[in-house]
Amino acid sequence: MSAKILSAQTLYDKLWDAHVVREDDNGTVLLYIDRQLVHEVTSPQAFEGLRLANRRPWRAGANIATTDHNVPTTGLEKGITDPVAKLQVETLGKNCVEFGIQEFGMGDVRQGIVHVMGPEQGATLPGMTVVCGDSHTSTHGAFGALAHGIGTSEVEHVMATQCLIQKKSKNMKVEVAGTLQSGVTAKDVVLAIIGEIGTAGGTGYAIEFAGEAIRSLSIEGRMTVCNMAIEAGARSGMIAVDDKTIEYFKGRPFSPTGEHWIKAVAAWKSLHSDEGAKFDREICLDGSAIKPQVTWGTSPEMVVAIDARVPDPANETDPVKQEGMKNALVYMGLEANTPITEIKIDKTFIGSCTNSRIEDLRAAAEVAKGRKVAANVKLALVVPGSGLVKAQAEKEGLDKIFVEAGFEWREPGCSMCLAMNADRLEEGERCASTSNRNFEGRQGKGGRTHLVSPDMAAAAAIAGHFISIDDLSSSSQKGK
Amino acid sequence: MKKFTTFDGLVAPLDRANVDTDAIIPKQFLKSIKRAGFGPNLFDEWRYLDIGQPDADNGGRPLNTDFVLNQARYQGASVLLARDNFGCGSSREHAPWALEDYGFRVIIAPSFADIFFNNCFKNGLLPIVLDEAVVASLFKKVESQVGYRLNVNLEKQLITTPDGKEIGFNVDVFRQYCLINGLDDIGLTLGHVDEIKAYEARRSVEAPWLFS
Repeated sequence: MSAKILSAQTLYDKLWDAHVVREDDNGTVLLYIDRQLVHEVTSPQAFEGLRLANRRPWRAGANIATTDHNVPTTGLEKGITDPVAKLQVETLGKNCVEFGIQEFGMGDVRQGIVHVMGPEQGATLPGMTVVCGDSHTSTHGAFGALAHGIGTSEVEHVMATQCLIQKKSKNMKVEVAGTLQSGVTAKDVVLAIIGEIGTAGGTGYAIEFAGEAIRSLSIEGRMTVCNMAIEAGARSGMIAVDDKTIEYFKGRPFSPTGEHWIKAVAAWKSLHSDEGAKFDREICLDGSAIKPQVTWGTSPEMVVAIDARVPDPANETDPVKQEGMKNALVYMGLEANTPITEIKIDKTFIGSCTNSRIEDLRAAAEVAKGRKVAANVKLALVVPGSGLVKAQAEKEGLDKIFVEAGFEWREPGCSMCLAMNADRLEEGERCASTSNRNFEGRQGKGGRTHLVSPDMAAAAAIAGHFISIDDLSSSSQKGK
Repeated sequence: MKKFTTFDGLVAPLDRANVDTDAIIPKQFLKSIKRAGFGPNLFDEWRYLDIGQPDADNGGRPLNTDFVLNQARYQGASVLLARDNFGCGSSREHAPWALEDYGFRVIIAPSFADIFFNNCFKNGLLPIVLDEAVVASLFKKVESQVGYRLNVNLEKQLITTPDGKEIGFNVDVFRQYCLINGLDDIGLTLGHVDEIKAYEARRSVEAPWLFS
């Protein structure tokens, strides 16, 4: 133990060590969980498990629930019309009452996507272990928390014991050096990272994102980066605490106050990797070389810059990869070597736990302002991440900008990121989406997803095809 | 949880990398509040030509006859042979539930996504990691030999091929123990109540804001 304390530690090592309840000889650890976020899709079977075993939550107050995956984003006065979805949402409500868990349900202004709601409320904090039955729980690593997605059996396990049975991951550092070019966002950074290391590049690792370009990002931008750590294969991504982090959590509803705040801030300031800490793998990217990114295929690693062309499988030497590229081109209805800017879209989706926070909406509105959605774009959706994000956006008049430009302004939820509600792509439709997964069928069977930043999604909606912000500005579309 | 000791089963090959959990069980089936019954919708978008609906009868749906699991020779398969990064994406445990409900007990691949890998063990499903070259040779065997079966011995961590060749594999000791004995994790963890309470007592002094 003493040797451990003396040697230089990574941020992950520190977070891990602070939460070890017990360790077996074989390295299996009982890890204490400070916060569990609960939503309607991955919790009903966990609650049922508790009921069947006659168990109660170990610490009901460590759990916080909201509805997000299934909620409609329009016509809320009608309630949920899909009876299967309705039952699931109602089941969460009943379970939360039965087990004494606080829920922000539909109609509560605090309701929203779990990963937007948690930090917004200060319910997820630096230094915490955070879990949720959702793979994008990695989002909360943005402020120096150890956060990852779990399955439903583990949701039940955490409810019943406040712990998880875990093996420690390896340490990986992804450094993004240099200054980002103007117009390059957190989304472009993380897509570029995934393009570099691949969707399995982080498997078995906890990734710490570091470097000047990462430090330059806002807390919301850092959430976008950590959100997609899972798309690089890593269950958790994290970023060291700095002054921005502490500033972000000041005065949030669940944030500590008074003496506790002072004590917490002092502890949070140690949440960074020590000088000389050892990583099992280190990657370095030149941030100044990153351009706005657009995915072209059916895996987030199939990504290129806006000024590039769709890759040609003929240039791939690995036969399994080559086959994957060919399948992806067929599914996406694309020809190799097509310039990305010539790809026309049918729909735009601005939202999801990756990009539905106020800064994302501001960025998209800035592009949309005074412009009109192109005639070939059938639907341009803006779905705020939470009721509070929506209220803030409306206070700033962003809703009006979007509506005037021809976007639809919706109610908060996961929406077309995974299309569990009515918001989805039809067979063959192509979408510029700020979400996180371009898998086959993700946004609807046969739907074709291109992952982009909010700026690029808004620009594509205006132009009707992918376009760089510079080209959009120099075209005559403004004010048309 | 079902115990897993030794298992002998027909192998089906799913020859594509990065099979994600959205493909394993599409989103509309996640609306269920039950844990069983996902098998008929396993790989729904690949398996059927129409769009599947939760709680609907799948009996009369048009099948995609090109899809491997619809081929006569792979009916009754219980060992799935897959490629790299199997189970990536969403953490939905509905994916292992669907695989298990369909009848799979073993999945063999060169690599798995972490969350999926972990979820398998909670459901009596054994994910086995083998070298890429070994997996590639198994793909060749399965495709060339109708009725190709594998025997899996979890205790000895050994796969035996029909021609008697043995392939070793590694499983984490704790997971192996739980799977062989069909143990409930929660019950095991609750055997350490005193240690959890001692941790909380210590931690609530160090970091009181986490307990207020």
